[in-house]
Amino acid sequence: MNIAARELTRAGCEAIAVAGMRAACDQRGVLHFPELDLLVVSDLHLEKGSSHARRGRLIPPYDTAATLSRLAEVVEDYQPRIIVSLGDSFHDGEGAARLPEPFRVSLMAMMAGRNWFWIAGNHDPDAPADLPGETVEELAVGGLVFRHEPSKGHAEGEIAGHLHPCARIVQRGRSVRRRCFASDGARLIMPAFGAFTGSLNVLDRAYKGMFRDGAPTAYMIGTSRVYPIAGSLLRPG
Amino acid sequence: MLPEPFVRWFAERGWSPRAHQLDLLAAAQQGNSVLLIAPTGAGKTLAGFLPALTDLAIRPKKRPGAAHRGVHTLYISPLKALAVDIERNLGKPVDEMSLPISMETRTGDTPQHKRTRQKLSPPDILLTTPEQLALLIASPDAERFFSDLRYIVLDELHSLVTSKRGHLLSLGLARLRAFVPDLQAIGLSATVAEPDELRRWLVRQGSSPSPLWGGSPEGRGGGDGLASTPTPTLRVDPPHKGEGTNNMAELITVSGGAKPEISILDSEEHVPWSGHSARYAIPDVYEAIRKHRTTLLFVNTRSQAELLFQELWRVNDDNLPIALHHGSLDVGQRRKVEKAMADNVLSAVVATSTLDLGIDWGDVDLVIHVGAPKGASRLAQRIGRANHRMDEPSRAILVPANRFEVLECRAALEANYLGAQDTPPLIEGALDVLAQHVLGCACGAAFDADELYDEVRGAAPYTGLDRESFDRVVDFVATGGYALRSYERYARIRKTKDGKWRVSHPRIAQQYRLNVGTIIEAPMLNVRYTRAKGKSGAGSAQSLALRGGPVLGKIEEYFVETLSIGDMFIFAGKVLRFEGIRENECYVSTGGGGNVLVPSYAGGKFPLSTYLAEQVRGMLADPARWTALPDQVSDWLRMQQMKSILPRREDLLVETFPRGERFYMVAYPFEGRLAHQTLGMLLTRRLERMGARPLGFVATDYSLAVWALGDLGRMFKAKKPSLAELFDEDMLGDDLEAWLADSWLLKRTFRNCAVIAGLIERRFPGQEKNGRQVTVSADLIYDVLRSHEPDHILLKATRADAASGLLDVRRLAEMLSRIRGRIVHKMLDQISPLAVPVMLEIGREPVNGEANDTLLMEAADLIEEAMGSA
Repeated sequence: MNIAARELTRAGCEAIAVAGMRAACDQRGVLHFPELDLLVVSDLHLEKGSSHARRGRLIPPYDTAATLSRLAEVVEDYQPRIIVSLGDSFHDGEGAARLPEPFRVSLMAMMAGRNWFWIAGNHDPDAPADLPGETVEELAVGGLVFRHEPSKGHAEGEIAGHLHPCARIVQRGRSVRRRCFASDGARLIMPAFGAFTGSLNVLDRAYKGMFRDGAPTAYMIGTSRVYPIAGSLLRPG
Repeated sequence: MLPEPFVRWFAERGWSPRAHQLDLLAAAQQGNSVLLIAPTGAGKTLAGFLPALTDLAIRPKKRPGAAHRGVHTLYISPLKALAVDIERNLGKPVDEMSLPISMETRTGDTPQHKRTRQKLSPPDILLTTPEQLALLIASPDAERFFSDLRYIVLDELHSLVTSKRGHLLSLGLARLRAFVPDLQAIGLSATVAEPDELRRWLVRQGSSPSPLWGGSPEGRGGGDGLASTPTPTLRVDPPHKGEGTNNMAELITVSGGAKPEISILDSEEHVPWSGHSARYAIPDVYEAIRKHRTTLLFVNTRSQAELLFQELWRVNDDNLPIALHHGSLDVGQRRKVEKAMADNVLSAVVATSTLDLGIDWGDVDLVIHVGAPKGASRLAQRIGRANHRMDEPSRAILVPANRFEVLECRAALEANYLGAQDTPPLIEGALDVLAQHVLGCACGAAFDADELYDEVRGAAPYTGLDRESFDRVVDFVATGGYALRSYERYARIRKTKDGKWRVSHPRIAQQYRLNVGTIIEAPMLNVRYTRAKGKSGAGSAQSLALRGGPVLGKIEEYFVETLSIGDMFIFAGKVLRFEGIRENECYVSTGGGGNVLVPSYAGGKFPLSTYLAEQVRGMLADPARWTALPDQVSDWLRMQQMKSILPRREDLLVETFPRGERFYMVAYPFEGRLAHQTLGMLLTRRLERMGARPLGFVATDYSLAVWALGDLGRMFKAKKPSLAELFDEDMLGDDLEAWLADSWLLKRTFRNCAVIAGLIERRFPGQEKNGRQVTVSADLIYDVLRSHEPDHILLKATRADAASGLLDVRRLAEMLSRIRGRIVHKMLDQISPLAVPVMLEIGREPVNGEANDTLLMEAADLIEEAMGSA
């Protein structure tokens, strides 16, 4: 990585390339492609709180507020022309319908004047009710393809979500686990952005065969920056 | 008073009922609740059941065709094993007298068909646990089921009441009293410092709100001359009744018994400065085992148990049958050891507190306690194990693992002779437990909020509960209690037209039943044998074809997480090689050699009790008492006197000295590791702000060391800051709040509260939820809740919990107020003898903290180093 390229990226970002396209892994959990003026966010799981509440688990109803305010911050910062929400934007099919009015308003404000793509996810296969934006199964832009579930085997240029990757290292006898972007340079799997989303270790069987050399590089999300950690240092569990 | 079959039964055996047994019976027959305090072996169990047995013996026979009679007597024990044990022991006299009494256990192990049958046709005496009681109460027919209940016998009451389990049980008891107003409670307890607390606990408390345990901790361990005479003495205190707040059960105290013969191991070997292994004493311990029939060896933690067991077998040239017993081992394994123990075929058993409570195991003639006993009560209980007969003296040897422990053992020994006992102070009823109970009540019969509020305040731990908190708990149970009232339509309980609260859906009751109880265990993995060997180094088990062998037991997930394939560790008395993790199993093969690790376990580390701490300080301050100590220890104290000073009993000594490139401060509060850890966190924050550039701290049960780049000694001397400022009580205000805000301690506490309160589930119907998922989601919920609703009732419960639990703030506060104006600063050129033990812990004891970015940075830098900055 040359010095000039580093200077172009924001504080707390790690500059990478996916299938030859320059990108920045932002510590806030989003991926930015400067040449495409495109911002990717994955697995928002909006209205997860109320989705659980319907089944008698009354976890706090503040997850949508928390997720949207963080999202508004990065959108404000990057002012991208294109935003791709990479699926599971809502925790269930009726999530968009349950979205309280103030949140609908703030989401619309974020969407205004941009090309907004809802990629269909397994939690939200249909277009969200009463919201603008285009709902698609997948999206191809500039040699990249954006879809919710990562495809099996190698998939050059694929940006996907769904798996909620995290990684774990052990340093000086202590274990640190963080959400991460997982990439082998050819493809990338996004961390989940939603406030209540759990995560799955990149060494889990679910990722099998997806990366060249077995384990990907994990771009682990720290409190103020992203730390690239080689696959050989990662631990399962 | 005593019916005929009983008189005959006693006579046939040449026995006569003991005075306390008859007194208890008399009190019960007058309709009173009773607390019986008696040492082990005093015939407590029979005494506790005598009212029930005699009542049942003279009860008219059931007429044919009449409805089934309900449960007559409930027996509640903290341990499943104890319930089973009692069924065995009590069955004997019942059979021998041919009494028409049915008796059954009901625990988590009881098969479903038997439970169903018990509901339809209950036994006269039901032996069960607090969790099972909660479940029974939450069933719709609870009131009918308990309509014939006369007695509830609560065993090992002293150990039950100090925890959240005790809170749940107290609420259950209150509910039973609502069903059966003249229910009589009989509490059985070992000697405690303040029996009045337990006496209140047993009966309904009056309704004027008042602070709960107003008493101060002073006077604890007063010991009213117990054990001063070798013959048992008896005292009866009448009950207090009325509408006041001071309702108490009648008290019957049996004291005395034979004076135990306790000695401290006097080894020729060098007693180490620090550490907990007591390896130096192994030859002496082995010798003692050889000379006795059956020896019970107690240690404080499972790691110590594993280590001691290994070391004993290393020197076991006679191949003595020595076994290991602790809570992480496979149940089958444990049952085998217990059976062998009962059959008297073992020479020794190394055990932790799993064997702690009053279960009778074989013919033990010696108890060895390795490590300091930490609390005098605990010591008394463990020694009671030897010779389960009251009139013969018990024999015990204390084996201190390091020099401070020598002092502590000595103090404990003197305390035991004085009959002084300390129990952890009872704390106010937890709100998360109340939430669980409220949902339980709604699952059973519907409840009226006003009535339930009164009922709950009848339970001793909740006497001081204010109406607002109660209403907030009900609101929490209904809709989560959030200011943003968006869950009204998803309410779990609803107020119906008659003004009563009911469960809104049967599914809610099902969820409740799966989550009942207050014991939250750390996430554990099965340890399973395999033949396959993994590649050494970091890696995953997924590439391995791991074939499973037998399960050895369970081990904490967080220990396993730090292992790499090929690492050796000790578990179940074996050296094992780590082969990898798959699902919730940790695969191991037979290992040997190399650097062997010992798992450190969460919990199991008891802090030094307040009472013992005071004794240790007293001993330090009084050279006349050092003659009772081994020479190497008294020499050590004399050296300290020469090179520094020894603090007076009520003083706090703070030493400062330079070492290497750093400046050290060592303080000696003797308040236990938890309180010291909290103090360490707060002091380093303060020192940071004052520009002393602190680098870290380490805490032991006795002292605390902080090190910094700034010259601490000189700063204190120049009063920038003064020690009085540094140790000012105001650290418990904002500093504590700020630190707590993102402490991992609080997150862990929150997780437990959230599970107990029913916010998140410990498992789903049909499948156990694994620990990882619970941890993650609870942490995320905590973060979101804290930033959006910091005053939420569950956060309030969490803070209260942390303050009394992991942080031990109460004790820290008492200490800070005690040492006001009594801090003695000693500036030294080098480390003092007294400071050596804590200084040796530096680097050994991991500094607990947040999983921080520094570690990530290091890992990332490794790569940059290896790859160059291309």
